[in-house]
Amino acid sequence: MEKLSLKELSDGLKAKKFSSVEVTQFFLDRLDRYNASINAFITVDNEKSLKMAKRSDEIIKEGRQDYLTGIPIAQKDIFCAEGWKTTCGSKMLDNFISPYDATVISKFNNAGAVNLGKTNMDEFAMGSSNETSYYGNVKNPWNIKNVPGGSSGGSAAAVAAMLAPAATATDTGGSIRQPASLCGLTGLKPTYGLVSRYGMIAFASSLDQAGPMCHSAEDCAAMLNVMSGHDSRDSTSIKRDKENYLNGIHDPIKGLKIGIPKEFFSEGLDTDVEKIIEQGIAEYKKLGAEIVDISLPNNHLSIPVYYVIAPAEASSNLSRYDGVRYGYRTKEYDDLMDMYCKTREEGFGEEVKRRIMIGTYVLSAGYYDAYYLKAQKIRRLISEDFSKAFKKCDVILGPSAPSVSFPIGDKKEDPLKMYMQDVYTISTNLAGLPGLSMPAGLINNLPVGIQLIGNYFSEAKLLNVANIFQMNSDWHHLSPKGFE
Amino acid sequence: MKFSNEEIRKIAHLARININEIEANKVSEKLQGILGLIEQMTQVNTDGIEPMAHALDITQPLREDKVTADDIRDKSLNLSQETDQSLFIVPKVIE
Repeated sequence: MEKLSLKELSDGLKAKKFSSVEVTQFFLDRLDRYNASINAFITVDNEKSLKMAKRSDEIIKEGRQDYLTGIPIAQKDIFCAEGWKTTCGSKMLDNFISPYDATVISKFNNAGAVNLGKTNMDEFAMGSSNETSYYGNVKNPWNIKNVPGGSSGGSAAAVAAMLAPAATATDTGGSIRQPASLCGLTGLKPTYGLVSRYGMIAFASSLDQAGPMCHSAEDCAAMLNVMSGHDSRDSTSIKRDKENYLNGIHDPIKGLKIGIPKEFFSEGLDTDVEKIIEQGIAEYKKLGAEIVDISLPNNHLSIPVYYVIAPAEASSNLSRYDGVRYGYRTKEYDDLMDMYCKTREEGFGEEVKRRIMIGTYVLSAGYYDAYYLKAQKIRRLISEDFSKAFKKCDVILGPSAPSVSFPIGDKKEDPLKMYMQDVYTISTNLAGLPGLSMPAGLINNLPVGIQLIGNYFSEAKLLNVANIFQMNSDWHHLSPKGFE
Repeated sequence: MKFSNEEIRKIAHLARININEIEANKVSEKLQGILGLIEQMTQVNTDGIEPMAHALDITQPLREDKVTADDIRDKSLNLSQETDQSLFIVPKVIE
């Protein structure tokens, strides 16, 4: 059961081979058995999940089954879910029971899916190793001494260890694609504005985007079918006709032009990872794709630009945590200012405080033009690099991360080294483009991901290109030992 | 760019975060590193480039101002540490 695809689970439910209650109980049992070893979940509530499963079984009985009806899905703890503790990985929200559903959550509810629990994550999604969570670090199922990547490390570990058939995640600078790469999964960050951000706890609002984390491109397509769509409650949600991302997923890719950016193969890329990416390119050639050289000359500026824009937006977004209306409030204080400052000192972790302070500094009087405005200008240059590249190719291919998973603690004390984990993913967030990571090989039994980047709203194409690779390879079927 | 502890404390205060002397030293070192990274931007000529605030050029949508959920008041107030009837309670700010 744990290895079934979403399609197989859906078909099995339809054919009454098993009920939603049985599937949900099966995964809850696996959670009970394995979660302690990887710490992938912050909140599990068997009673709530099974109640949802019973409702799903009723829907199936009435013949109103959709693709995901009855299937348990793990939800990143960044999505508000009514009646569920929603922490965003922070002590600040340890006591926060959400009074409402995020749009993503209500879409899964309306599709009849079961909420299997809330997954661990870097605090407020700030991190690339899941070591900044208030709830302890997540361990990579492929080697529990290693990090799963971040910030969606809990979602990645949960799906990799087969504790959930699929999970939701979010990506501000690589938080879906890098953990997908490090845990051997397929993860998609959609075009900015495709998935509603309503009820998704804000980090950097002009970059944040939710997407699926699954074993295969086909599963991602089924998840995106539920997650995507215009939402009037998110002012940056895009109005456009809803697509079926499963349509055309098997289309042949003969003649597809794949652009290889030379900047993605420069210094910093692990040579073994590079070899696997080269093998992937060779495989695509065999499948009929045409390889073209392209250049993204400003890619090296994406990290500096990101570390101005994201902290600036974060410092503004996180000002809401003041201890007044919800969340943590310090126990003893002299006056209002003292209450604010102590609440935020005690409620936020080190990395979050650091980023709030950077954001505060770059936005402070006298520095705005030199930092924030400058960063926004370079953001345009980075974005224009992509527009030029897409005149020469249909999709861009490169590594998702510069290395495989690394030992827990390895980069924790050196933020600059940690930030380099996102060197190939951040530019797509700055440009607002969709990006996908899929497993393409192993180094010393640790997964390596290939990244595919597409033009705006080309999710269907990306999923098609990834699916054709997966029809001709087995990397996405591999699972870590010790979880069978 | 080097931060003095006084500057760090000023930034921390603007961010409404308490910080002690030991932390200020530690934070100073890390912020300097990050600022060094950010300063790579100065090498780029951006004359005449329009700043980009958002990925897609969209105009701000307008909607009617109407109540969509009318049962939210008590649910929301219940999340606070201290309330009185329909009010959030904070330490006294006006004498």
